[in-house]
Amino acid sequence: MTVIDERPAGVESGTAGDPARLVADAVRLGYDERPIVDGLTLAVPPRSFTVIVGANGSGKSTLLRGLARLLRPRAGTVRLDGADLQASSPKAVARTLGLLPQAQSAPEGITVADLVARGRYPHQTLLRQWSAADARAVRIALERTGTTELAEQPFDALSGGQRQRVWLAMALAQETEILLLDEPTTYLDIAHQVEVLELCSRLRAEHGHTLVAVLHDLNLAARYATHLVAMAEGAIVAEGAPETVLTPELVERVFGLPCRIIPDPETGTPLVVPRRTPHPTQEGAIAP
Amino acid sequence: MIRSAAGRTTAIAVAFAIVLALAIVASLAIGRQPLTPAEVLAGLVGDPSGSAADIVRGLRLPRTVVALAIGAALGGAGAVAQALTRNPLADPGLLGVNAGAAAAVVGGFAVLGIADRFAQLWLALAGAAIAAVAVYALGQGGRAGASPARLALAGAALTAVLTAGISALALSDQSDYDQYRFWIVGSVVNRGLDVLAAAAPFLALGGLLAVVAAPGLNALALGEDRGRSVGLRVGRTRVVSALAVTLLAGGATAVAGPIGFVGLAVPHLVRLLVGPDQRRAIPLSMLLGAALLVVADTIGRVLGDGREIEAGLMTALLGAPVFIALVRRRRLVAL
Amino acid sequence: MVNAPAAARRSAPDGARVVRIGPWTFLLHRRAAIATAALLLAAGVLILVALGAGTNPISPDRLLAVLSGHATPADALIVGTLRMPRVLAGALVGLALGAAGALFQSVTRNPLGSPDVIGFDTGASTGALIAMLFLGGGVVPTAVGAVLGGAVTAVAILLLASRRGIAPLRLVLVGIGGGAFLVALNWWLIVRANVTDAQSASVWLVGNLAGRDWSRVGSLAPVVLAGLVLALLLSRGLGLSAFDDDRAASLGGRPGLTRIAAIAVGVLLASSAVATAGPVAFVALAAPQIARRLTGATGTNVLASALTGALLLVATDLAAREAFQPRQLPVGVLTGLVGGGYLAWLLGREWRKGRG
Repeated sequence: MTVIDERPAGVESGTAGDPARLVADAVRLGYDERPIVDGLTLAVPPRSFTVIVGANGSGKSTLLRGLARLLRPRAGTVRLDGADLQASSPKAVARTLGLLPQAQSAPEGITVADLVARGRYPHQTLLRQWSAADARAVRIALERTGTTELAEQPFDALSGGQRQRVWLAMALAQETEILLLDEPTTYLDIAHQVEVLELCSRLRAEHGHTLVAVLHDLNLAARYATHLVAMAEGAIVAEGAPETVLTPELVERVFGLPCRIIPDPETGTPLVVPRRTPHPTQEGAIAP
Repeated sequence: MIRSAAGRTTAIAVAFAIVLALAIVASLAIGRQPLTPAEVLAGLVGDPSGSAADIVRGLRLPRTVVALAIGAALGGAGAVAQALTRNPLADPGLLGVNAGAAAAVVGGFAVLGIADRFAQLWLALAGAAIAAVAVYALGQGGRAGASPARLALAGAALTAVLTAGISALALSDQSDYDQYRFWIVGSVVNRGLDVLAAAAPFLALGGLLAVVAAPGLNALALGEDRGRSVGLRVGRTRVVSALAVTLLAGGATAVAGPIGFVGLAVPHLVRLLVGPDQRRAIPLSMLLGAALLVVADTIGRVLGDGREIEAGLMTALLGAPVFIALVRRRRLVAL
Repeated sequence: MVNAPAAARRSAPDGARVVRIGPWTFLLHRRAAIATAALLLAAGVLILVALGAGTNPISPDRLLAVLSGHATPADALIVGTLRMPRVLAGALVGLALGAAGALFQSVTRNPLGSPDVIGFDTGASTGALIAMLFLGGGVVPTAVGAVLGGAVTAVAILLLASRRGIAPLRLVLVGIGGGAFLVALNWWLIVRANVTDAQSASVWLVGNLAGRDWSRVGSLAPVVLAGLVLALLLSRGLGLSAFDDDRAASLGGRPGLTRIAAIAVGVLLASSAVATAGPVAFVALAAPQIARRLTGATGTNVLASALTGALLLVATDLAAREAFQPRQLPVGVLTGLVGGGYLAWLLGREWRKGRG
């Protein structure tokens, strides 16, 4: 079967002709001795909502951590604006690249406003520990995530959906143009999942952010992504617009799921419909 | 290759028994005056007034017997404690049970002047029971229940408090102190076969309860809910097991002073070899525990330059690295 | 002094005030500031009380006379030679332990990650014991032994606890194991010595401020002050350590480096404290917790913890010295008993709340 590769010629350029700011170039990433991702190249299109999908163990989280400067590549480089991430100072990178990680622990008893304000760390120094710019960033982050009313409340008292919005506000307060999100919808119920993804979509469309997210829900990914990256066994199998990437053959190959693809009645994006698997009869013959 | 589980268990049991026999022989033979196995035999069954008999029957046999009994008790206590708390890091020493027993004994001596070894036995049992309950109760609070790390921490806290208390009492008088500093270390020497004889019924009862609780502990390993669904009486199993740990660990401490880490390392090794079935693990832990303490005591004789290293110190010096290795190996759930 | 645009002032989180002194802008939380000032005041008052109290009570005016150099020789002896070095040593040791506790608890993200629980203090004791029992004792060898012992233990435990980074929980458990090993080692040393040496070593092992003189204070003070300054400088980076390493790194912090620096300073402070007073239990554990509740701050506050530690230790030593006459208890016994009870309560409370 053919690999669908919608990348335009030239690794460095993304959609709309603008150069990609965040590029992984032939990287090898892994823990201990075995590499999980090897020789992988990805240029994140600017002002896109790039979503990485794949089965468990396909390397999608590993790739995201490599892009986030959390994993040092064994080979190849991850570059931000042409400069090797590993060679840049963490604070400088943190002013351009923000991360919403999976594991979430907050200091005990902290209020929402205080937590969101911690996101300003990369812009603060020992001498300048708070400024008007910090206050403004926090206010805007709270507004954009709809959490302004929660500002004085203790974080521990919030529901799962509210907490995720607050974490997102903290990442927004960091005022980075590029935002990486590691499974931002896990543990959320469906309404909150949609809410978070709608917010991400608005951040891209109305405020020009570039987002890269790992999602495990294929249909939500297809609905919200402007650029879909499908991974299997540590390599990119296909990338491009969801309509072009998501085909029954690809879903079967990457997820092992026989399916049909129909257009989503609301948005027209691809909707994956799993095929009904017939039950085997007692003698082992397959019933239709 | 031995295929069946039962066959495997028997083979392991036989192997342990052989190790034990060798350890006993070594213990009887090694010392400041090394004896050959023939001399050992002569000392055991031959002329009771000979010099070999003096050494063997007077010095080495008592300490070997004490080491056997205490080692078995601690091995069993550790196996039960780990099964009961579903906690791979459980050890009567780490859980503060030994410290409780020790505190009761020292407290009884310093405050009430109780020097009678038999009365001290009762004190030790009481102290062990109170400590066990306290640590468990402390660790049980809240929804998460007594997780492995919690019990270790609670035990560390309790041990520290009790040690402070013991120090306060023991430091006031020099002669008190001198006795105390040798007892607190945990040793199988000069512990008196008569005290062991007095403790024996408790140790035996504890051992019996441990074996009896084994099937219940197997069911408990699946979790309380699932255990109940297969008909387990959770409360009763818990009480019986806790009683077993208290009798075994408390009795052992009363005789030999606090000796740690035997209960930690031995069950792990045993489960590594025969699997998690407590009906096999508990008795085999007793067997291996006995062997190990005898070995530790023997090594202590050899290593100390001129001065012996007490068994209690040896088990800590050998056992703590095992504990650390275990901690490193496991993927730890967050506290 | 408070001079910031109104918008910024209103928008600082939790109503903190923005304070600007020259080029330096920082946030001041009212409750924390008041609590810290109160702690400082209380510590000062308590020191004066401790100087005056005792079998020979010295009234405040005589105390003043001593401090200004116009006292009778007897008063000067009691206060200047006997009590003041002891009380000051207690204050310094308390400062050091409180700060060390704050550093360690930040790094391990766990109230129980205290140097006395995870074996560092025991290692310092081993070093000191070797100096006392086999190198003839004396202030300097003991101090050097303690610092070396603490440092070697810290390195060993950190290396053992490190497996692709140092997970806080693994550090605590390895520390407990290492501590148990070292306790056995210490006992072996004690058992080998003659009974008089052993008894004085045991007294030292419990934690004691009796007989601490000016030379001790002189050698301790610069170390504690330097350590405190370093700890305060690390405070900002430590604020990030409340988050997971991933998040801390994504905010531009260097969690690994900060952790090691904090542990190094913590070990320095804790070892110096042990060198002076022996391993006094539980002050490093309790002081940061108490300070946190007083200041209402989230996360650990080094200055408040240090002051609380000083307050705790001076108060406890006063009680140990005077409350059980004619006996004088070593201060470590009281801190062990009281601190242990506090610890048990703390554990129970944390766990019942469902945290861990």
